[in-house]
Amino acid sequence: MSTILRAEGVTRVLPGPQPVTLVRDIDFALSPGEFVAVTGPSGSGKSSLLYLLGLLDRPTEGRISIEGRDTAAMSENELAATRLARLGFVFQFHFLLPEFTTLDNLLIPMRRLGRWDEAEREDRARALLASLGMDEAAGKLPEQLSGGMRQRAAIARALANDPALLLADEPTGNLDTRNARTVFDIFERLVADEHRSVIVVTHDQEQAARAPRQVRLVDGRIVHDSARD
Amino acid sequence: MRAETPFVALDRVSLTYGGEGGGTLAVEGLDLAISRGEFAAVVGPSGCGKSTLMKLVTGLAPASAGSVAVGGQRVAGPLKIVGMAFQNPTLLPWRTTLDNVLLPLEIVEPHRAAFRRERARHVERARALLATVGLAGFEGKYPWQLSGGMQQRASLCRALIHEPELLMLDEPFAALDAFTREELWGVLQDLWLVRRFTCILVTHDLREAVYLADTVHVMSARPGRIIATRAIDLPRPRTLEGSFEPHFVDLVHGLRDRIAAARAEA
Ligand SMILES: Nc1ncnc2c1ncn2[C@@H]1O[C@H](COP(=O)(O)OP(=O)(O)OP(=O)(O)O)[C@@H](O)[C@H]1O
Ligand SMILES: Nc1ncnc2c1ncn2[C@@H]1O[C@H](COP(=O)(O)OP(=O)(O)OP(=O)(O)O)[C@@H](O)[C@H]1O
Ligand SMILES: [Mg+2]
Ligand SMILES: [Mg+2]
Repeated sequence: MSTILRAEGVTRVLPGPQPVTLVRDIDFALSPGEFVAVTGPSGSGKSSLLYLLGLLDRPTEGRISIEGRDTAAMSENELAATRLARLGFVFQFHFLLPEFTTLDNLLIPMRRLGRWDEAEREDRARALLASLGMDEAAGKLPEQLSGGMRQRAAIARALANDPALLLADEPTGNLDTRNARTVFDIFERLVADEHRSVIVVTHDQEQAARAPRQVRLVDGRIVHDSARD
Repeated sequence: MRAETPFVALDRVSLTYGGEGGGTLAVEGLDLAISRGEFAAVVGPSGCGKSTLMKLVTGLAPASAGSVAVGGQRVAGPLKIVGMAFQNPTLLPWRTTLDNVLLPLEIVEPHRAAFRRERARHVERARALLATVGLAGFEGKYPWQLSGGMQQRASLCRALIHEPELLMLDEPFAALDAFTREELWGVLQDLWLVRRFTCILVTHDLREAVYLADTVHVMSARPGRIIATRAIDLPRPRTLEGSFEPHFVDLVHGLRDRIAAARAEA
């Protein structure tokens, strides 16, 4: 199967006395191994689109399907299970739990998924950290890591359940240039070596340019998609 | 005659960040005693070491010298009997409000072992707790679909769901507008009056400290230590109207003067 995620005619309107249209008429299809940068002015709907594509929000019009399944037909529990097994999320803030070591933070989604036994989970988590150059972080608390390492730990956690697609919203927003590069180095590797897909929303033009596919949003619409135009 | 040992005890604690030599001495000679069930507030100039104090008590940072004890045990690593809420966003964006509140039960022993089996019961408890802070009906929403004040209500629920003996709050309401903030004082006071956990609240807002606390501790400029401790003898439940009465206002002014003096000494 060649399409992992597909949005067709997706519009999301927030209801209310003055309805707000977050995104409109979105057509977007993503193949395994694609690396997409989404850019656009502040308020153009990038985060809203990411929530929709990440199955955290539902369209008011149009449809979104993941690996051939129409999400409209899926219950909240099914969506949550799909996210847990197939998607990974990274945000500007790391969202690591402060009272747990890096290793324990990685184990949380793995335990929830329940695919491996505890020994396998720990091996996986350590291998994942090692692959991101963070062997020594396993036993440390987030507090004891630098900002760049915290964000890499957050990426490791997003990868813990072996997702097909990583969704990132301003993942380098709190990082200096060097650490921002490292994050995008990781994304490139996930795509090239592991054939995962990555969608990254970013204001960082230099890093965005590294993604082979460019999508630009203005006023909730896709005004440019390098895969189409 | 109470020879009872304090629930939280810091004894001549210092902490230097970044090791010896070039490091930052954040707190020094820090003494603090808080009784079980007490609501304590910590105030002081910016950068004086308030967050450092929180890290020391929760075991997120080890003391360079002196001793930190909670519940009679020396703190040597992250404590599991604490609930925490901070100014930072900490609700996971990919979990619903309900799933965020349940998180500590899912991961903190002794709850973790039985979580799957007892999930239905815990869900009921989480819903009830969310209802007490005015979030009934928002269980299925994601954090980014909630206002800042609603997110902090949910954070309080998450910090309390596993019924911790100690609640640590580091400027939990600082990012909120004044109205929402004052509303949440009432929410927090109500939770505390029912559950009587020991609480340490770090705040820049002296009215907030006086409204909520039994005792307010004032820290010096960095390296921080406690330079004054004021008992707040106002009856409970306290109200916003009460915060405009002369005695309340005097307490706030007294604290303000003490902090101004601390900054001048720096
Ligand atoms: N809950 C909400 N209620 C009202 N308006 C909202 C809500 N969420 C988003 N919006 C509005 O929808 C539009 C799209 O917001 P969104 O956060 O998706 O933009 P963005 O491109 O991610 O912006 P930024 O670059 O600043 O993060 C904005 O105009 C925003 O103000
Ligand atoms: N991880 C760290 N590494 C190095 N220095 C630090 C670290 N955390 C805090 N400091 C320094 O230690 C001192 C005390 O910091 P702390 O965060 O405890 O102050 P605070 O009273 O909470 O400040 P604020 O009121 O601004 O929140 C400051 O000088 C700060 O720069
Ligand atoms: Mg955004
Ligand atoms: Mg602080």
